[in-house]
Amino acid sequence: MKFSDFVANDAVRSHVHAATKEGVIREMAQSLVDAGKIAPGDLEGIVKAIMKREDLGSTGIGRGVAVPHTKHPSVNKLVGTVAVSQQGIDFQSLDGEPVQLFFLLVSPPDRPGDHLRALENISRQLRDDSFCRLLKAAKEPVDIQHLLEEADSHGVVS
Amino acid sequence: MWCRDMNARSSESVRDAAGDLQQEETISREVVVVNAAGLHARPADLLAREARKWQSRIAFVNDSQRADGKSILELLTLAAEAGTRLVVEATGPDAREALDAIGSLFESRFNEHENDQES
Repeated sequence: MKFSDFVANDAVRSHVHAATKEGVIREMAQSLVDAGKIAPGDLEGIVKAIMKREDLGSTGIGRGVAVPHTKHPSVNKLVGTVAVSQQGIDFQSLDGEPVQLFFLLVSPPDRPGDHLRALENISRQLRDDSFCRLLKAAKEPVDIQHLLEEADSHGVVS
Repeated sequence: MWCRDMNARSSESVRDAAGDLQQEETISREVVVVNAAGLHARPADLLAREARKWQSRIAFVNDSQRADGKSILELLTLAAEAGTRLVVEATGPDAREALDAIGSLFESRFNEHENDQES
């Protein structure tokens, strides 16, 4: 699976304003509403479901990366977005480090395979240090979009 | 069928604390992903935490790739869906205990219930 299969380009953010875990999740979910990927009426339910998943264990998987996610019946295909926090956010990460890179995923309840393949793609790209470094250095959403396209086509060349 | 046999597959030379050369065996077993959601973020976290408890090096191997068992990121790159068979390899002084503990996590379905809406 490629980023272009699930990342809503219009929802990508290079400078999140939020300074808290719930704040950044809400901001990203709102960006999916603004991009027309989730209905405004589903926003609260999705934020709540993602926070409930975080209660089971942080999705801050280390290296300054988090993958907040949930299943939700309101979507019929996997949707997601990418956001960067310039200052980093305390996400109770597994390695205790603040999180700067966020990949938020909302998937239909009956498609565990797609969710796994999205996680696979994200984690494979994140093993590349230059991909992480360039994402953190993104000045505009378009920088992130280009980086994701590059990763999709041949991996980021350092 | 669970493959419970642990086979010595290879050995490598390492030096112990006293600097003496010792042969370190790699043993392996097969595990099957039985929970419906597959090896997603939470099971990967559980597995990496378990793997890090042991001194032995631990690797998960599928048809095409090999992942460091102590790294969540690497475990997620396996994208192992329900039904996937993986070979777990452990190399080190506590390899056998490590494989037992990891096998138990798979058998317990990572404590997930099939009707869970959480992933």
